[in-house]
Amino acid sequence: MPDISTINGIDITTLASFGGVAFADGQTLDGQNVALAPSDTHTFISSQTASSSSSLSFTSGIDSTYDVYEFHFINMHPATNSVLFEFQVNAVGQTGFNETITSTFFRAYHLENGGSAGLGYRTSYDQAQGTGYQELTENLAGSTGFDDSSASGVLTLYAPSSTTYAKHFTSRGNWMAASPVTVDTFVSGYINTTSAIDEIDFKMSSGNIDAGEIRMYGVATS
Amino acid sequence: MAKTLIATATASSSSSLSFTSGIDSTYDVYEFHFVNIHPQTSGQYFQFQVNAAGQSGFNETMTTSFFRARHNESGSTASLDYEGGFDQAQGTAYQTIGLWGGANADENLAGVLTLYAPSSTTYVKHFQTTIIHNQSSNYAFNNFIAGYINTTSAIDEISFKYSSGNIDAGTIKMFGVS
Repeated sequence: MPDISTINGIDITTLASFGGVAFADGQTLDGQNVALAPSDTHTFISSQTASSSSSLSFTSGIDSTYDVYEFHFINMHPATNSVLFEFQVNAVGQTGFNETITSTFFRAYHLENGGSAGLGYRTSYDQAQGTGYQELTENLAGSTGFDDSSASGVLTLYAPSSTTYAKHFTSRGNWMAASPVTVDTFVSGYINTTSAIDEIDFKMSSGNIDAGEIRMYGVATS
Repeated sequence: MAKTLIATATASSSSSLSFTSGIDSTYDVYEFHFVNIHPQTSGQYFQFQVNAAGQSGFNETMTTSFFRARHNESGSTASLDYEGGFDQAQGTAYQTIGLWGGANADENLAGVLTLYAPSSTTYVKHFQTTIIHNQSSNYAFNNFIAGYINTTSAIDEISFKYSSGNIDAGTIKMFGVS
């Protein structure tokens, strides 16, 4: 049963005297309708838009409010050709975006000229207890001649506020390399800490993020 | 609410299901959810194509990749493979996302197609699809198709159909992710 957020437009936090009263959909309160918070809690939290940005960071909003967070990256376009789009996180109270990650990386690809296609694991882009930024793509097309190229996809981070478990993540993104080629990338792993994660940073392996948007959603609370 | 139901198309011996409105700059990301898509004819491919704004014919240029996991009901065969016969390299055909669909009464296809920033007039249009379906020889097929529609024109229409025969039944729901 979802929590009540408003009653006839009045925020429930201003109605403390109703604490402990349980409502259901369709009930009325003194003849007034009761509005319930949406049962689909796929909730937009915040977004970051690049404009020749060295990185895009979310340094607030990742907490125990949601069990699952999604980061939708849309048309990420590098300022420099042949660079990789990547992320790292900070545990609570930490800095430097250098948490320990063990990860996997595989992808399917197909050249525009049809000359090659395939599916394979990419050992160059996974990590084994590494503290580097985790790659979400391989080398993006980005310089002159590839103004229409970009990377789009979703990174899902599970239970970042847990202080018991490692933090699993999965990502799927599609992007264009300079061949030109379409690449469908699957990256997964865990951030090997039992500390809560509360910050995340996205950047290119070199040079700026020329353009693009990352939107952070909270998905669910158990 | 970050996911908004925009429209639903329900098949009833339909040659195709199309969304010709509702794809615009309102949302950055669109999702098409396939629910119990059932072919009238066994062994056909479930497919999609799009139109750029002002265009018709559902024949935009695509470069795509396609791989799938499969496992048959007898347990004798299981594999993960790239499907070189169903990707496109600057092709303009309908993109196959379901392979040799089973048409027995309980067989169907389900999954999600995600289309990124269709209203952009700067970038190509990336898409990703995850499909699970019954294959006509009693396999479970889990298909992963992705690619880009290689145009900087906005995309505003999408069509789904089988390579031959009608869509007997099923629902496609279009969501905007805001």
